Amino acid sequence: MTVATVAGLAGYVLRHGDDHLIIAQNLSWWISRAPELEEDIALANIALDHLGVATHLLDYAATLLDDGRDADDLAFLRSEREYVNSLLVEQPNADFAHTVARHYLFDEYQVLVWDALTTCRDEMLAGIAARAVKEATYHVRHSSAWVVRLGDGTDESRRRMRTALGWMWRFTAELFRAEPGDDDLVARRLAPDPRDLAPVWLRRVEAVLGEATLDVPAEGAQRTGGRSGHHTEHLGHLLTDLQWMQRTYPGLEW
Amino acid sequence: MTAAVPAIRAAVGAVVDPEIPALSIDDLGILRDIRIEDDRVTVVITPTYSGCPAMDAIRQDIAAALRSAGVERFEIETVLTPPWTTDWMSAEARERLRADGIAPPIAGTVVACPHCGSATTEVVSRFGSTSCKALLVCSACGEPFHHFKEH
Repeated sequence: MTVATVAGLAGYVLRHGDDHLIIAQNLSWWISRAPELEEDIALANIALDHLGVATHLLDYAATLLDDGRDADDLAFLRSEREYVNSLLVEQPNADFAHTVARHYLFDEYQVLVWDALTTCRDEMLAGIAARAVKEATYHVRHSSAWVVRLGDGTDESRRRMRTALGWMWRFTAELFRAEPGDDDLVARRLAPDPRDLAPVWLRRVEAVLGEATLDVPAEGAQRTGGRSGHHTEHLGHLLTDLQWMQRTYPGLEW
Repeated sequence: MTAAVPAIRAAVGAVVDPEIPALSIDDLGILRDIRIEDDRVTVVITPTYSGCPAMDAIRQDIAAALRSAGVERFEIETVLTPPWTTDWMSAEARERLRADGIAPPIAGTVVACPHCGSATTEVVSRFGSTSCKALLVCSACGEPFHHFKEH
């Protein structure tokens, strides 16, 4: 691989690693707060899967970046502007419907990304993908069941699910944008073209929303910027929690 | 090297999964390889689920097993390829799981109750006490049980 390709791959791996780290941290807020015990356990398990994938990806990103930082440095010592996760994963939990909407839209995307990466030419990414695609498939079963249950539920659950989808929808186009370096990775078959995943994603989302008797949110302005470090206000608060220990006691180990 | 090769293999192979003590890391397919070169031992393991929190404990237990077998110089390497699936679990290991009250992974859709053998069971929660297990209940004997998910 050329230096430019390694840098492109490092950026790609870091973006996905950040997505998983942030959504894991965001979701873990629900632990001890979920509406029922089984759901509490489910959300904790899902958060753990995301954290595991984040660990593998940030380890690999650190290897590719080769600048002396390890996965922990990347997770705990980067500033908000250095994080390159999508805006979707940093959106607040708000109510349970918002959490379900965020996860469902992300899970459908993840299944497509990992499925494509299982056959990519990068052995490490393909290895991570082989596990992650099964976990993502399991996650989408859970989140889509909730979309249907809340959407086709009571007047109140339906209202909340519709509001939540409306909120999250504006952050979905960012997932399917090609970032600098992606075209080179696609040409070398190291990663799928994110633009190719959008139509399949939309078809699947439309099918689930149909079952939930919910309309696909109207097309409106889409928000982007997370991939270049321009985040919504929510990420800073989230990182304050995530990084508190290392910022307060630098280098602490236990 | 003071320790004998079979003793090293036996010690490492006997390390159990702390979350499923009925199975060793060898039974589960977590243990991929033990390489012994001169006085240096390399143990190669692979995680089951991406975020399996037992991996750190397993690494510590392998290190303790090696030290108690007299091995001073060793390395524990984690590999991701080829990826772990439940296919790595032996038939004997599946039977041991069942005897321990955990329905083993199966290819079909009918999960039989590990207590009474009934096929009329239902899922209570697709997520259980660990990443690898779901919670089911038997309609015949009424007992709840864990099922090691197909993966």
